[in-house]
Amino acid sequence: MTSQHQYAACVDSLSRSFRGTLALDHVSLQIPSGSVFGLVGLNGAGKTTLIQHLIGSMRALHGSVTVLGQDPTVEPEKLLAKIGYMSEEDSLPKWMRISDLLSFCRSVYPTWSDRYAAELCEMFGLSTEAKLKSLSKGGRARAALLSAIAHRPELLILDEPSSGLDPIARADILEAIIRTVADEGRTVLFSSHLLDEIDRVCDHIALLHQGKLLETITAEDLPERYVECFYCSDAPSTRPPEITGAFGAAGGNTEWSVLIDSEVHSATTETIFQSRGVRWELIRHQPATVHRWFAGRVRVSHTVEKTSDAEGVQNV
Amino acid sequence: MLIQIQSGAVPIYQQIVEQIRFRILSSQLKTGDELPTIRGLAESLKVNPNTIARAYRELEHEGLVEKRRTTGTFVAEVSGKITRARRKTMLTPEIDKLLVLAAHLGADAAELDELIQSRHQALDLKEQRQ
Repeated sequence: MTSQHQYAACVDSLSRSFRGTLALDHVSLQIPSGSVFGLVGLNGAGKTTLIQHLIGSMRALHGSVTVLGQDPTVEPEKLLAKIGYMSEEDSLPKWMRISDLLSFCRSVYPTWSDRYAAELCEMFGLSTEAKLKSLSKGGRARAALLSAIAHRPELLILDEPSSGLDPIARADILEAIIRTVADEGRTVLFSSHLLDEIDRVCDHIALLHQGKLLETITAEDLPERYVECFYCSDAPSTRPPEITGAFGAAGGNTEWSVLIDSEVHSATTETIFQSRGVRWELIRHQPATVHRWFAGRVRVSHTVEKTSDAEGVQNV
Repeated sequence: MLIQIQSGAVPIYQQIVEQIRFRILSSQLKTGDELPTIRGLAESLKVNPNTIARAYRELEHEGLVEKRRTTGTFVAEVSGKITRARRKTMLTPEIDKLLVLAAHLGADAAELDELIQSRHQALDLKEQRQ
């Protein structure tokens, strides 16, 4: 299947506040069709608020949102028929049997496939006779996943789907993501703070922090663009060496690790230098991992906020 | 194909390349054997298909596998022969690690030679026993 849109979703300068607190602050992003787009951020970063706008449960008051070529709040039923959605909340009605859930979904989704649904029931070990109430948390999550994917949605949106689930249930979710995207043209938006899972399945990663979109990068570019450099000094230092393009410093005393944006500065050419009155030596460098990049980015904005004196820990 | 993916410093595509390369060089995978499809391996490893494609491209670039139009990816014919040059490129980083460690511990070349010889014998014995 080929999608007609270059982007499955476009968000342009979206802002939203709740009781005077900015939950989203001029967020702009494009989710390319056919990608697995990872949305990462700490708890309360604004991930769920952003997703609520994409599925039409919140109207864009400032900025605009387009999903599969339409405004999600105008004729939402047309959009929702093409979307699969699963959240961390256990929101399916517990009195239902799996068979009730299946007939409900069949009536809502024109593209619902009984065959695929039966296949998924088998794969997930779900009996159609079972009541949702009697299932484990993992079982209910699988039922929710089934109802999100058996109509083969053009866009699958998963909002922290793995929270609190056992490893086998989480693996089932990851497999569903890969199956969805392997069908050409289908797109997945995967929100999570489980970076291992993001690293495995995503080809694009966007980092949301305190309502701001700090960066969007492809998984392939990330380790090529950011280098983690380890420095040793000849005397203890309370701050990392001053390096252009460096951020996300970690460490202390005579050992520091910083991330360096190779588009700003090629730090690995300079191995011995003076900074802050001590002599520094570059001990080791390696491509940044998703974990290190995430911690580095989040820590930068921490530092900048707390202290006005953030020299050497510059944002880029 | 069972491939172990660990999160950490080594990028996932590289972990896949290394494990498939090892299987080919150690003849667990033989000339003409078919590799799993990109989609199939992506699903079983729960890894983005682009990552698998990138690993296969890398293996193709190394001449270990070849893509045959429409049919799939197969272990290449020349792959069994490990040239001296390839042995060198594969062993050098490991030897470098060993030499750095030996230098830090204060072991000289003679001591290292002796140790390599004795380990060689020990491991040879093990192989005979198996």
